[in-house]
Amino acid sequence: MPGADAAAGPLSRVGAPSPALYKNSAPAASRSDVADEGANESERSDDEGRMRLIGEGLACERGGRELFGDVAIGLSRGEGLLIEGPNGSGKTTLIRAIAGLGRFAAGSLTLEGGDAEASLGEQAHYVGHADATKPQLTVAENLAFWASFLGGGDIGDGLDAFGLHDIADLPAQFLSAGQRRKLSLSRLKLVPRPIWLLDEPTASLDRVARQRLTRLMDAHMESGGILLATTHMELGAAFAQRLALGSAAP
Amino acid sequence: MSFAALLKRDLRLAVRQGGGAGMAIGFFLITVSMIPLGVGPDLNLLSRVAPGILWAALLLAALLTLDRIFQADYEDGSLDVMMMAPLPLELVAAAKSLAHWITTGVPLALSAPLLGVVLNLEASAIGPLALTMLVGTPAISFIGAIGAGLTLALRRGGLLTAVLVMPLYVPVLIFGVSAVKAAITGPVPFATPFLILVALSLASVVLSPLAAAAALRAAVQ
Repeated sequence: MPGADAAAGPLSRVGAPSPALYKNSAPAASRSDVADEGANESERSDDEGRMRLIGEGLACERGGRELFGDVAIGLSRGEGLLIEGPNGSGKTTLIRAIAGLGRFAAGSLTLEGGDAEASLGEQAHYVGHADATKPQLTVAENLAFWASFLGGGDIGDGLDAFGLHDIADLPAQFLSAGQRRKLSLSRLKLVPRPIWLLDEPTASLDRVARQRLTRLMDAHMESGGILLATTHMELGAAFAQRLALGSAAP
Repeated sequence: MSFAALLKRDLRLAVRQGGGAGMAIGFFLITVSMIPLGVGPDLNLLSRVAPGILWAALLLAALLTLDRIFQADYEDGSLDVMMMAPLPLELVAAAKSLAHWITTGVPLALSAPLLGVVLNLEASAIGPLALTMLVGTPAISFIGAIGAGLTLALRRGGLLTAVLVMPLYVPVLIFGVSAVKAAITGPVPFATPFLILVALSLASVVLSPLAAAAALRAAVQ
C-alpha cells in the first residue's frame, strides 16, 4: 500500500502525542540525513548512538492531587531505569506520560538523537497492564497484525521471544493470563524499537518466563536500547539507575 | 500498509466474533415490522411513510453498533499501542470507521429493500432506496465514530452516544428520505438531494476522523 504510506507521511506530526512536551531536538546533521531514505538503517543506528532521554522537573497529578513532582530522568543509550514505589505512587502514570499516553502537569521531556521524523511514542514500546491481544485471533495472527501495523517485523522473532511456537495457532481467548502476557511482551522482539517502557512486566509470568524477560531486557540494553520499567519486585536485569517514587498519601 | 493491516484485522474480527451486522439487521427488521402493526394495514399510508421509516430505523440500528468501533480496543489496551504507531491516529480512526461501514452499513443498506416490501414501498423506489442508503451509510459510520470516541472513557456510554450523534445524523436523514421521495413522486429531480447526500458522506469521511482522533486522545490521556 504505497498510497497509504504516502498519505501517512505529511500527517504524521498530527498523530504525535502531546507535541508540546516532546521535542525531538536532533542535531542538524541528522535532519539532513533523513532525506536519504536508502541510508535509513545506518543513519538510524548513528542516531541511536547519540540518543538520550532527558526529563526535567516532571510532575503528574491524578484527581487534582499531585502524585509526584520534580522528577528528573537522564538516560543515555544502553541504560535502564527501574522505577520503584508502592501501589498508588504514580509508577504507571509516569511511564504512560513518558509514552505519550498521559500528560505531565509540569516539566519537560526531551529525546535527543533518535529519528527526528518520529515522536518519542513512535520509537518506543509500551507494555502495560492491558495485554493488547485480540481473543478472536490466534497467537500468530495477533503478532502478524502488530508486525504489519507497527511497520515491519518477523513473526518468527516474536514467537521466539517467549517460546510461543507450540501455541501459535491457538486463538488468544484460550490463553492463560501468563500466556497472554508473554504474547504481549513478544511485541518487544517482534518490532525493533530503541526505547522500551514496561509497566510491571513480570505480572503473572512464571519463573522461566521471568528469566527470559530478564535476558531480553539485558540484551536490549547491551545493544544500545533505553529501558524504563516499573516494578514492586526485583526484575533481575542490570539497571543503571533507580528511581524511587514516594509513598502513596491516603 | 498499516492502514490496510488495521482494516483487514477489524474485518476479520467482525466476522469471527459475529453478532455485529446480524444484530443490527435483526433490530432493523423488528423495528420496521412494528410499524404496520402499530399504524394498521393502510397500504397507502404505509407506502407514503415507508422511506422515512426505513431511514429512521436504519439510523437506530446503526447506533446500536457504534460502540463496537473503539470500545474493545480501548479496553484491551490495543488503542494505547495504536497511539504509538507511525500511522496517524486520524487514519486509525478512518480505518476503523471504514471497517464499521463495510461490516454494518453495507449489510443494513442491502437489507433495506427487502424490508421495504413490509411497508408496501413502491417497486420503483427500491433501487433508489438501496442506492441512497449505500451512499449515506458512510456518513453514519464516520460521524458515529466521533460519538463512539467521545463516550469511550464512560462505562455504558451507549445511550449518550445516541444522544450526541443523532442530531448530527439529521441532514443525512433529510436528504436520504427526500432523494427516495424524489424518485417516487418528484417534482425535484432525484439527483439534487442525492448529490447533497453524496457531499455529506464525503465531507464526513474527510472531517470526522479528525474529530474522532481528538476524542480518542482525550479518552486515553
